[in-house]
Amino acid sequence: MQFMLLFSRQGKLRLQKWYVPLSDKEKKKITRELVQTVLARKPKMCSFLEWRDLKIVYKRYASLYFCCAIEDQDNELITLEIIHRYVELLDKYFGSVCELDIIFNFEKAYFILDEFLLGGEVQETSKKNVLKAIEQADLLQESQMSSSKSGIEYPSSCRTRAALKVIPPTLLHWAMMSEADGDMAIEVEPSHQYSITFYCRITDGNRRAV
Amino acid sequence: MSDVVERTLGVLPALLGQHEPGAGPGGAGGPHRLSASSRLGSLIRNITALTSKHEEEKLIQQEITSLKAMVSAPTTSLRLMKECMVRLIYCEMLGYESSFGYIHAIKLAQQGNLLEKRVGYLAVSLFLHENHELLLLLVNTVVKDLQSTNLVEVSMALTIVSQIFPREMIPAVLPLIEDKLQHSKEIIRRKAVQALYKFYLIAPNQVQHIHDKFRKALCDRDVGVMAASLHIYLEMIKENSSGYKDLTESFVIILKQVVGGKLPIDFNYHSVPAPWLQIQLLRILGLLGKDDPRTSELMYDVLEESLRRAEINHNITYAILFECVQTIYTIYPKSELLEKAAKCIGKFVLSPQINLKYLGLKALTCVIQQDPNLALEHQMTIIECLDHPDPIIKRETLEILYRITNGHNVVVIVQKMLDYLKETKEEYAIITLAGKIAELAEKYAPNNEWFIQTMNAVFSVGGDVLYPDIPNNFLRLLAEGFDDGKEDKQLRTYAVRSYLALLEEENVFYPQKFLQVMSWVLGEYSSLATDVDPETILTRLHNLLKKTFVTSETKAWIMAAVTKIASRASFSKTVDKLIQEFSSSLDTCMRQHTFELKHLCEDKVLMKGLLPFDASCNDMVVDASLSFLDEFVAEGLGQGAAPYKPHHQRQEEKLSQEKALNFEPYGLSFASSVSSSGIAGRQSPTGLSFGSDTSGNSTEMGHKETNTLKLEGVRKLWGKEGYLPKKESKVGKEDEPQTVSCSSLLARRVAETPVSKSDQVSSLSEEEKEKQQLASTLFVGLGSNANVSLMGKVDLSTQKFKRKSKVDKAQSNEEALNMQNSAASDFGPLVDTVPITKEDCDGDKHTTLRKPSLCSSDTVGETLQSVKKPGLDDKLSDSRLSPLSLFADSNIEILQPSPSSQCENANKTVLLPSLAEELEELPHSEVAELCQSDALALYLCKVWKDDSLLLVVFVSNKNPSALNAVNVVFEKEQHFQILESPACQFPVIEAQSVGHCQKCVRMDKLCTQGVISGFVNYQSEMETHLEFSIPLSLLDFIRPMKMTTEDFGKLWLSLSNDVKQNIKMPSSQDSISAALSVLHQKLKLHIVDIIGNEGILACQLLPSVPCLLHCRTHSGMLALWFRSPCSALPDGLLYQCQKVMEES
Repeated sequence: MQFMLLFSRQGKLRLQKWYVPLSDKEKKKITRELVQTVLARKPKMCSFLEWRDLKIVYKRYASLYFCCAIEDQDNELITLEIIHRYVELLDKYFGSVCELDIIFNFEKAYFILDEFLLGGEVQETSKKNVLKAIEQADLLQESQMSSSKSGIEYPSSCRTRAALKVIPPTLLHWAMMSEADGDMAIEVEPSHQYSITFYCRITDGNRRAV
Repeated sequence: MSDVVERTLGVLPALLGQHEPGAGPGGAGGPHRLSASSRLGSLIRNITALTSKHEEEKLIQQEITSLKAMVSAPTTSLRLMKECMVRLIYCEMLGYESSFGYIHAIKLAQQGNLLEKRVGYLAVSLFLHENHELLLLLVNTVVKDLQSTNLVEVSMALTIVSQIFPREMIPAVLPLIEDKLQHSKEIIRRKAVQALYKFYLIAPNQVQHIHDKFRKALCDRDVGVMAASLHIYLEMIKENSSGYKDLTESFVIILKQVVGGKLPIDFNYHSVPAPWLQIQLLRILGLLGKDDPRTSELMYDVLEESLRRAEINHNITYAILFECVQTIYTIYPKSELLEKAAKCIGKFVLSPQINLKYLGLKALTCVIQQDPNLALEHQMTIIECLDHPDPIIKRETLEILYRITNGHNVVVIVQKMLDYLKETKEEYAIITLAGKIAELAEKYAPNNEWFIQTMNAVFSVGGDVLYPDIPNNFLRLLAEGFDDGKEDKQLRTYAVRSYLALLEEENVFYPQKFLQVMSWVLGEYSSLATDVDPETILTRLHNLLKKTFVTSETKAWIMAAVTKIASRASFSKTVDKLIQEFSSSLDTCMRQHTFELKHLCEDKVLMKGLLPFDASCNDMVVDASLSFLDEFVAEGLGQGAAPYKPHHQRQEEKLSQEKALNFEPYGLSFASSVSSSGIAGRQSPTGLSFGSDTSGNSTEMGHKETNTLKLEGVRKLWGKEGYLPKKESKVGKEDEPQTVSCSSLLARRVAETPVSKSDQVSSLSEEEKEKQQLASTLFVGLGSNANVSLMGKVDLSTQKFKRKSKVDKAQSNEEALNMQNSAASDFGPLVDTVPITKEDCDGDKHTTLRKPSLCSSDTVGETLQSVKKPGLDDKLSDSRLSPLSLFADSNIEILQPSPSSQCENANKTVLLPSLAEELEELPHSEVAELCQSDALALYLCKVWKDDSLLLVVFVSNKNPSALNAVNVVFEKEQHFQILESPACQFPVIEAQSVGHCQKCVRMDKLCTQGVISGFVNYQSEMETHLEFSIPLSLLDFIRPMKMTTEDFGKLWLSLSNDVKQNIKMPSSQDSISAALSVLHQKLKLHIVDIIGNEGILACQLLPSVPCLLHCRTHSGMLALWFRSPCSALPDGLLYQCQKVMEES
């Protein structure tokens, strides 16, 4: 895949991801031309476009157009499904996603995209695995937030985690480990490491008890 | 402005909060985050509320100004910086310049905690591209994060590496990423593979040593990792499918498992098992099975199963089906599968869903050349799609038609294409379509009028975006003409008339290219239209010159035409007027042309001589040595003028005069320039004078016109018969199926069409009738009925516009032009002609060397074949032997003059495989077995001669009887070149004896590992065929290069490509001398000198590419520093060094 663009029916760009090195000027030109061309197409027309030497595959979801550029020998239909899978992922993550979600949380949308497509190729096709990776990073964020909010008040973060029952125990372990590492590097002395790892075990036990 | 202040103030409390020591690390975190995210939120809200672009611009400019102030303020915390980055990303997405923040994004990725780092990396990946210079600053961060114990950091670093990474810094992270391949978490392994894939794409040389690790990744227990490795394999197989045939079975097994639903259910997509994986595998199989019956055999089953399993009516199954069909048509065909695939295509084409229909058409386009019957089957759908409201569908349909064009339907198809061409506005579509029309017109034109009209349409619609080849080829076609002189004349006359008619119309705008074509044709051939007064033509051209839309380039063409016409007319008022008018033109070029015209007009005889009629194709002999000036030079010398010294000589003299003061040594490059100029000798001065000659003597303008034109047209894209080499094969294919038996079925079908038509006439609407008619015109010539009667005609019409073969002429023209060109540029000849002459010499040598060996082997082959036919009659065997022995003798005779040279050598020895004595002394490998069959065994020995690699192949006959006509044939390989002929023939190998042949191999394209494959066949009761492959390594072509330390120093400075790398020293060799001696023994590097803990080595890649190596030891590491004029050589050698050091 060469690039992916998300834009609204009004032609406003919502997301752009380029997998080929291009100058800003070229990017702008391509975006402008492409948005115009795609918006001009009628709903009954097919979702593929031959544009310059590329194939454009686009699909409209509500007010948002998802648009991918692929090479001629690539499979157009599977690209359509890539778009669809991405929408599914967004949907699952945001809970019935709408354009506003993407507008206001575009960085999240990027994170999800990066877990799904990497360097223009499908990285992970299992929906579960993608969300797992995202959630785990978010978990960190949350725990970081909570831990920073209340100093070293662990039980609250424990509650947060307990709520996320979908996460398998192994992952929980990992997440906590990384959290420990992450915070440790900044503020906690090495001697605390013991207490934290120890704590993790307790939470694990707790969670099982719950 | 007040807004900015307000914003900055608004941030202040948060900043202060950050630095309150008592509040803890995140004391203000919660509320702060809120405010920042709401700041982004309010920004977005504000922007969406705006109505005009202008207001948006203002708001964003304000935002950017405040961001600029904030990111550069030293007090800004990382947390705040993170929010800034998000806002900056947003501004950038709206298309505003935000490059001031790039460096801060890198800083954030470097310094932030996990959360900030994540945003930092995201911003970097969105802002920068892989060639951005700032990216270098990220490398350190990536290296640090890759070494982190925190999985999330590692994963983030791998993500960024897989997206953008500077090519030259790959060695810095490669070992770390390789380590990650063994990581316990599958997500890390997967991302590591993905990163390596990225590296493979941008620098394949650097990852070639880890190919075995890719294999490990392919066998990974995690599906995700395995799927990621397929990306790499797809790329590698695209490059070189023959190297991975052994993996076919593995891929087939994986696909079988996937199709069989053996993968975890997570990988299902709409209850189809891992469709992405399936498609990837199908593509790989397609590449592997292409033109390879044996490999294709392995995959028939699984392909059939894939077809069968994909049943659900969902896009994803269609995606798989489509890929499957493509694979089936790419690999070696199997009729049952093809039938099923054809049925599938039918499903696509007939689908009411427009996306599927499009893909059906696309599939048809791909397979139509293999199977034109499919087009007939779907002809009505194709006709419908021709008038489809969606231009994309139309375009794809035209593509199909383009591929089935023949002499009968060309008029209709080209008309359809022209219609589309006139409608479309998209430049790229116009360019490609115009090219196709021009190609079809040239190949299949039924008559002159049509051809000229079509080309006129192409030129006027295609305008100036056309490929320059199109007008050039058109003019060349007109100029070179066909075999029939009368035909030529008619075509040219028609062209002239049609252009005159076009120019007659007032106020019509024509593209520049079209005007240029017109003026050239009018200039060359207007006199053919005898009834037209030249004066009117001149008036037309004169009018054109006055038009403002005509560019000065076109004006030059027009002036050339005027000059040519004027040379044929005795006197012209218009020319006089023109001269008067433009002599004072402000356009200097125009003025120049006018003056030339004026002066030429004064000497009509000279003018006629200069501009002969219809001589645009005649060869121009250019005396590049300017021998006709010899007299003049001699006269000058006789009068005491100083002899001419070429530039380099003058420089040399100047230098030698200064030598007393110059202590600096000069690089080798200077020395080489001296030697090369020695060869150039006499050409250099002539280059100078000739250059001034042409520019001074501008009367040649007419000729120059035609020359430049041809020079452009000479591009290799267009062959003698038109555009494509592939087209030829297509024509053949189109005719083929008509003779095949299955076509009888088709014939019936086509024959039925008119019957059914007449039956249903009443029920058919007018429209449908039209379509039917169109179909019959479009698909004529495809079916067998048309073929039988019209076969001959097809040929006639296709030949119509075939050009005369003017290969030699064109080439000599080209050469002459090259000469002229190089001569015209000031010091061009120094550089240009030297390699040419060298090449020529080489070429001569080669041909002289090659000839005897070739003809001898050829004749042997021929006689053998002729002898084979009679069979194995006893009576004949005697007579067979005599010519054989005769030829064997002659063979040796011819070869004897150069036994030690690189010629093939077919000798017979009775001993077991062993080298000839003179070779035995040279360094060589052990004699190893290549392959075996019941009857013979093949052994190989590599002899590393000083100047080449010699492969000695022994063919040992194990049979109790003699083997006849043994043929060893080496296949062509892109990396290697086998000097002399790639085959080697033994008329006969006696029982229990050994024949051997020698081949010199040269490495053409640098690679670390490669294979030369080939086969042996021999004559027994049946033809036998035995395949073998010879692995070659870069080392086979590396030789030590002896030199002194001083030479080394000089050469070192003159080389530009360098590669540095630290490698671990094996514990067994801790001293530098020990390490270097390993390199010396294993890699054949010459040790120049060792001083302290540093050493220098030198080697060369045959024939003569030097590579220098500087080594230094420090704390158990060996720092290698390579330099070479060839950029890939250091990489390859580095890899070998690493391998050797690891092994020892």
